[in-house]
Amino acid sequence: MATLSLKRKLEILSDAAKYDASCASSGGTKRDSRGGKGVGSVEGGMGICHAYAPDGRCISLLKILLTNFCVYDCAYCVNRVSSNVTRARFSVEEVCDLTLGFYKRNYIEGLFLSSGIIRSPDYTMEELVRVAKTLREVHDFRGYIHLKVIPEAAPALVNEAALYADRVSINIELPRDDSLNRLAPEKDVAGIKKAMGAVRLGVEAGAEKGRKARAPKFAPAGQSTQLIVGADAAPDGEILKRSESLYGAYSLRRVYYSAFSPIPDSTARLPLQRPPLVREHRLYQADWLMRSYGFERAEIVAEGEDLELEIDPKLAWALKNRAAFPLDLNTADREQMLRVPGLGVRSVDRMLEVRRIKALTLEDVRRLTRGLEKLKPFIVTADWTPGGLTDRADLRERLAPPPQQMRLF
Amino acid sequence: MQVIRLASETDLTGWRAAARSLRSLGVAPEEALWTVDGAGGDLFAATATGGEAPMPPQAQQGGAPFTVPREFVELADLVVLHRSDERFALLYRMLWRLAREPQLLHIHSDPDVQKARHLAADVSRAAHKMKAFVRFRQVAEGDQTERYVAWFEPAHRVTEMVAPFFVARFATMDFSILTPDACLHWDTKALVVLPGADPADAPTNLQGGEDALEDYWRAYYASIFNPARLKTASMQQHMPKRYWRNLPEARLIPDLIARAETRTAAMVRQPSSIPDRVIRQVTRKLRDGTFDDQQPANLEEVAAMIQACRRCDLWRDATQGVAGEGPSRAKLMLVGEQPGDQEDLAGKPFVGPAGQMLDRALAEAGVPRDQTYVTNAVKHFKHEPRGKRRLHKTPNTGEVTACRWWLDHERRLVKPRVVVALGATAVTSVFGKALPIAGARQTAHQLPDQSQGVVTYHPSYLLRVPDAEAKAKAYAMFVEDLRFAWRLVA
Repeated sequence: MATLSLKRKLEILSDAAKYDASCASSGGTKRDSRGGKGVGSVEGGMGICHAYAPDGRCISLLKILLTNFCVYDCAYCVNRVSSNVTRARFSVEEVCDLTLGFYKRNYIEGLFLSSGIIRSPDYTMEELVRVAKTLREVHDFRGYIHLKVIPEAAPALVNEAALYADRVSINIELPRDDSLNRLAPEKDVAGIKKAMGAVRLGVEAGAEKGRKARAPKFAPAGQSTQLIVGADAAPDGEILKRSESLYGAYSLRRVYYSAFSPIPDSTARLPLQRPPLVREHRLYQADWLMRSYGFERAEIVAEGEDLELEIDPKLAWALKNRAAFPLDLNTADREQMLRVPGLGVRSVDRMLEVRRIKALTLEDVRRLTRGLEKLKPFIVTADWTPGGLTDRADLRERLAPPPQQMRLF
Repeated sequence: MQVIRLASETDLTGWRAAARSLRSLGVAPEEALWTVDGAGGDLFAATATGGEAPMPPQAQQGGAPFTVPREFVELADLVVLHRSDERFALLYRMLWRLAREPQLLHIHSDPDVQKARHLAADVSRAAHKMKAFVRFRQVAEGDQTERYVAWFEPAHRVTEMVAPFFVARFATMDFSILTPDACLHWDTKALVVLPGADPADAPTNLQGGEDALEDYWRAYYASIFNPARLKTASMQQHMPKRYWRNLPEARLIPDLIARAETRTAAMVRQPSSIPDRVIRQVTRKLRDGTFDDQQPANLEEVAAMIQACRRCDLWRDATQGVAGEGPSRAKLMLVGEQPGDQEDLAGKPFVGPAGQMLDRALAEAGVPRDQTYVTNAVKHFKHEPRGKRRLHKTPNTGEVTACRWWLDHERRLVKPRVVVALGATAVTSVFGKALPIAGARQTAHQLPDQSQGVVTYHPSYLLRVPDAEAKAKAYAMFVEDLRFAWRLVA
């Protein structure tokens, strides 16, 4: 086999990594390069997106695979053993050089490293850890590192990974256990869950230790996972139920939803139809309602149902629960206000502040929100009541965006 | 008309001094004209000669001192960095209004407040985008091995504001950031801020000679893009076109968009590939079995087989099955209800709060825990989501009955002399029927397998008793029952 140039390897191994939706650099411990030998800082809180690709996704990290050689045969994955894509492998030094080179030019926040499974899960995990360790110890790199955890690897290696990385993640990929069996025969749900459980215990033990002594922090930015949408028949309700149980059980920071996307060199085990991107968007909205707006999953969608594609899940909920409206914005409490379609956390908090000083009028609401017309059926202000508007049979038609011709691909 | 000349576009100190004097002197906002030396000076000179003489701010001292909310000062810090011409007037109008309306800043729907917050938000965003979109180029300069220079055009005058970010991040790096407003020079020790540069004055290597790594960066940018999901509006919302000319990767965008559809169509058209024979034959674990026909031969097999148990549905939402733990020939077996949140994650019984309570009571009763076998009636954690937590849920009779098969095997293998059922669920599992705990405790019940059964409370019940006195009493009974069981063993 001809030797591949470093640039060609970069193309192959970033192309192979792009199906992982996560690129967040958020939640790390605040630190910087002053007094050190290398470069790098983490501001804590939100990360920075250094570029956006035409697919609308943020590019925050150098997201690459160490290698796309893989002994597994997961149907949805472009790197499965049975795929005929070109294979490549980085050396540890090459990954470090690229990371530092990009970082010093302010292209990235850090590294997101994953890998195909080569030789054995333990060997692969060791290689990933070696990259992180070299960056941290040899180069004193203080930027962000996200490592993919190989669930079948030894717990000691996973722990070591979590000591060098800001965030670790294990992808569940398929919402249904039986589809994981069918489409990813070597992956084992029980193994994934156990590894996630171990990470949560590590993070919690680390948080306890951190209060007493300055020990190396265990994955301070926590863990995340990804579910592929539309590769199996799981409806949205089932997908969200899975997320709900994952958030509860393993304190995940995020569950990423990735609409199943056609891959080069596909297998016959996958559906031909790909889900509309808006489905992914609705799932993120519903997930957000669960995490930040106090909604329970069961209120948003039943287990066997799909979310509506035409309208957002909060509006859908409000249309089904009209008895809760109209809501008087001058007297309602925060939890209730967050349930009004069209009101976000920020608008609600500002309204709460304003109404301590003066009664909210429609004009105030107009200034504090986007799109007053859509709000009007659901709210009461000092100078507005919707009257029969809330209960009109055609309310949905009035609020839903006009139907659009879907774009053909 | 008062004309105030400020020293620079971002002269907050000058503005504060002048604004303080003007407000003390009772100069209404409509009466004040704000201008910056060197910027549009001629225009205002004409106005000034028509009205009163320009007022140098430093000459204006005195007037009654007053205070403003800290929040206003923070807001002003950001607003002065905006390129809007009305920023100084807006801030003075707000300062003026604050005298009569001390709560003004909380009225977010007020047009002035809203305007100021919008300007501040624009500035914060411009600062954030500067952190994101500055692109350094490595330049060779004399004997220095590594030196980096960037040319950047921020949307607002945020260069000095973001300087600490770049210094903290690249403290060990020799770098300069040139912008039309100000230039930052960092030599790994000190920061020097110089006046803005003209794009024409930017080092030639910024236009011409490329940094070799830029090509790698473009290769990365092109490869990480997924042509099957084109969302250009979203890209432009976050990466506005005004920044593109200084981003090395942006020149690829038109071509990536243009070829996206054909690339995707080609992928979809491509026939699915047939897996070749390299695929390893992986032996699948036995799944969906009930194991009724396969008796575990030892405790290790129990622990392994529980992982694949599908006798009821609890495995779905649990992390793992949790088998018992302890010596394989323990004379005392303690049976709890089911693993909790911590046990589910750790894969070990009684490691959470109830486990700690149990440890304490065992120690007090003089029962060595390392000589007892500790297990649960149900092996998977039953729970329901409540917000971001998992709330314990009592297993139903069907689940207890299904899981009894495992407990029976543990009892068959360990052959304890005494089995202690902790709480109602364990009682149902051990005795096959419900017994009132208060009435059945402190008695040795004969079990069919020649062992003796003892009944007591579940340690988590002790954690839940609300009043302290009742809690102490229940705890004392619990210890007494453990002691009773240990005496039966001996």
